[in-house]
Amino acid sequence: MKRIYLDYAATTPTHPEVVAAMQPYFSEKFGNPSSLHAFGQEARSAVEQAREQVAKLINARPEEIVFTSSGTEANNFVLHGISFANKDKGNHIITSQIEHHAILEPCHFLEKQGFNATYLPVDKYGLVNPKDVEKALTDKTILVSIMHANNEIGTIQPIEEISEIIREKTYFHTDAVQTVGSIPVDVNKLGVDLLSLSGHKLYGPKGVGALYIKKGTRMESFIKGGGQERNRRASTENVPGIVGLGKAAELARKELNSRQKHLTELRDKLIKGVKNKIPEVVLNGHPELRLPKNVNLSVKYVEGESMLLNLDLEGVAASTGSACSSGSTEPSHVLKAIGLAPDLAQGSIRFSLGRLTTEDDINYVLDVFVKIVDKLRKMSPIYKGGA
Amino acid sequence: MTTVYLDHVAANPVDKRVAETMMPYISGNYGNPSALYEQGRIAAQAIDKARQQVASLINAKPEEIIFTSCGTESNNFALHGLAQANIKKGKHIITSAIEHFSIHHPLKTLEKQGFKVTQVPVDGNGIVKLDELKKAITPETILISITHASNEIGTIEPIAEISQIIRQATGDGRQAPCFHVDAVQAAGVIPVDVQTLGIDALSLAADQFYGPKGIAALYLKKGTRILPFLEGGIQEGGKRSGTENVSGIVGMGKAAELAKAEMKERTALLKKLQKKLMDGLKTKVPTFHLTGDAEQRLPNHVSGCVEFIEGESMSMFLDMEGISVSTGSACVSKALKASHVLLAVGVAREMVNGSIVFSFGKDTTEADIDYLLEKFPPIVERLQSMSPLKKG
Amino acid sequence: MPEGYSEKVMDHFRNPHNVGEMKDPDGIGHVGNPVCGDIMEMYIKVKDNVITDAKFKTFGCGAAIATSSMMTDLVKGKTLEEALKVSNRAVVEALEGLPPRKLHCSVLAEDALKGAINDYLLKTTGKGLPDWKPHEESEGH
Repeated sequence: MKRIYLDYAATTPTHPEVVAAMQPYFSEKFGNPSSLHAFGQEARSAVEQAREQVAKLINARPEEIVFTSSGTEANNFVLHGISFANKDKGNHIITSQIEHHAILEPCHFLEKQGFNATYLPVDKYGLVNPKDVEKALTDKTILVSIMHANNEIGTIQPIEEISEIIREKTYFHTDAVQTVGSIPVDVNKLGVDLLSLSGHKLYGPKGVGALYIKKGTRMESFIKGGGQERNRRASTENVPGIVGLGKAAELARKELNSRQKHLTELRDKLIKGVKNKIPEVVLNGHPELRLPKNVNLSVKYVEGESMLLNLDLEGVAASTGSACSSGSTEPSHVLKAIGLAPDLAQGSIRFSLGRLTTEDDINYVLDVFVKIVDKLRKMSPIYKGGA
Repeated sequence: MTTVYLDHVAANPVDKRVAETMMPYISGNYGNPSALYEQGRIAAQAIDKARQQVASLINAKPEEIIFTSCGTESNNFALHGLAQANIKKGKHIITSAIEHFSIHHPLKTLEKQGFKVTQVPVDGNGIVKLDELKKAITPETILISITHASNEIGTIEPIAEISQIIRQATGDGRQAPCFHVDAVQAAGVIPVDVQTLGIDALSLAADQFYGPKGIAALYLKKGTRILPFLEGGIQEGGKRSGTENVSGIVGMGKAAELAKAEMKERTALLKKLQKKLMDGLKTKVPTFHLTGDAEQRLPNHVSGCVEFIEGESMSMFLDMEGISVSTGSACVSKALKASHVLLAVGVAREMVNGSIVFSFGKDTTEADIDYLLEKFPPIVERLQSMSPLKKG
Repeated sequence: MPEGYSEKVMDHFRNPHNVGEMKDPDGIGHVGNPVCGDIMEMYIKVKDNVITDAKFKTFGCGAAIATSSMMTDLVKGKTLEEALKVSNRAVVEALEGLPPRKLHCSVLAEDALKGAINDYLLKTTGKGLPDWKPHEESEGH
């Protein structure tokens, strides 16, 4: 059976060059970078090279990059690290309603610890209004965290405008897990103090992520217990993982333009194709300010998971809601926040495209998707059209 | 040049068989295991299998294993999660004086949050003083965290006895405090059975038994309440978020399986090498003083302090001969501070800086030890001749 | 090569110059203590106000050994006044740099030398260096 993977927003296949770069660091160059001897130093220089590669991709300085075990850890780290280090200055955090749970749940934890959090609403496209940020700012605000692009609906936030507003007033973090490697990300241009990224979303390995921390940022460590990562993150470095992330960053930088162009074309082809062939379909997220890889649709009268399972039977891997919440049946908090009617929220499906996606894949998906929707609608008690 | 790697407490090579098992999950079988489609199912199955393998290594149930990114995270997770989950019962935590920083540092944070921490002292061999431990337990005590074996001095703690003391301390029907064991240095090296030892939570890391870096686990006895540390998803039963490091988990599983199957023969070899090295040092380097317990000791570990000289110089000269060792623990060797572990066992302050750790692995040979015993004594002599502390 | 050590540092570590005790030195400087870490002893011979020979013994890390070695090299043949101007910076530069966390070792070398000169002056003139006091770091805590 043909297998087509269209869930690149959940995870990406590790690039073969990344795998090759990692390979020697498992069994041969296995040293602990903190060791002073030759094995340790060999590992150390590999880690430092990777740091440069990652820094270059987002226009940061190498010493501003801290490796973590995941994007989730990077996000938890920011929330805990900034809040506890700056609680003498204030106890207020601003974020949005459509952040990843790796931001929202630490915020809930901090609220229990005596911090206040403001969860800004978004418009129907999922955009945060910079004016709302301005209004929410108080002299107690110590952190603003707004994601660069949403993982479910692909909307890209006006980070530069927001940073203009909060410049110098408080720390500004962006969760760029979905954007790094997909669109240009330049920490200076964006004007952020902190930025999270994840290896396995940009054709690097799982189990490694990074946090950009602008020089001079006052922050506590999160995982404590050793001097690694300039005292920012304890624990023996995951050397092969870090090497893989470095290589993936280097490749992303080289291929960014061609990847973007390729994906935008395929994305638009898929959206147009579905809209032409299936009536009563809504595109979720912003029509233009949108990740090139993201297609999120709500199909009236059918339910997301049944579409997903049928697609799986046809060899197509997609996702509904977000990958992280696909274990639950409630519509995702993101779809709720953009005000999607409950029936449409239930019928959402996300295709996310990647560097190996071809035009043929899109044609095949269009073909089977039309049939699946048709079949499911015929079974649907609420569908009165067509029959 | 001959290379002899004797720093297995700092890092281990991934076993070739482990690396082979991992590769398909790095390069081919991708898929986020939380997703429903087929590739995701393959990943989820692989994780299930690994969970069984890791559970079997420590005689736990698969559902009692939570994967994390490193031993340090497991320790941070256990301390924060267990302390916060039991805050209503009390705010007192007990630990030992010779724990790894990944225990001591999070405890400092908890102290700032209002918890009280008691550090129980150890004897000259690094064994926790059981009577002091007994005395330290109060009705307010909610958590006790003791290392299974120290990475710096190799001493194995009497975990089963400690567990008994903890259970008996609250004989009046009240729930005993949670018992957490940092077994990062022990699991996969010596037999660790969470049931016979009587442990509620235990940290273990794959790297110590030839699995990959960047993956570890926390054993959490069924029914033990914990608050998550890394939040934001539904992975690991909601206890630990973050997309699963599938290849790492698969590698840890395979490594656990091999460690269990081969433990007997590995231990036999390690003990032989250990004896050879200890005997050799005794005759060839009389100024070398063993640290830790000579008997209750990790089989892959020989540590000591050398009079009049400094650890980094020793390790650098050994490095020039192709021999890799560590001085103190890998984490401490970058800090200039004297090791808290060596001070706790009462090593004289003048000697603390002369500490050195030889740790070997399943692929270490007798020839390696011979080579070390040939190269080490002249280095000691040379450095001692340069030392202002040695007169005459 | 260990992180941040230059070729030059490694050279001096591998084959340190002027190691060992000196017979009948004219001045001895002793700084540091085993509790805080590194210890250094420097011995000088002085003739007509010129340092004709310098030797050292060091208990310490790679950087401590290399800086002692370099310091003794640098001051040999210099007048006392010139030698006093050899700062820890100069030693570090001559070694083509040291990692930041090892810079304090070079302070130790500077102090050991000053200690030796101070000792020489005390013995010969009864008056030591006017405002000499080891840096806090080399005194130990």
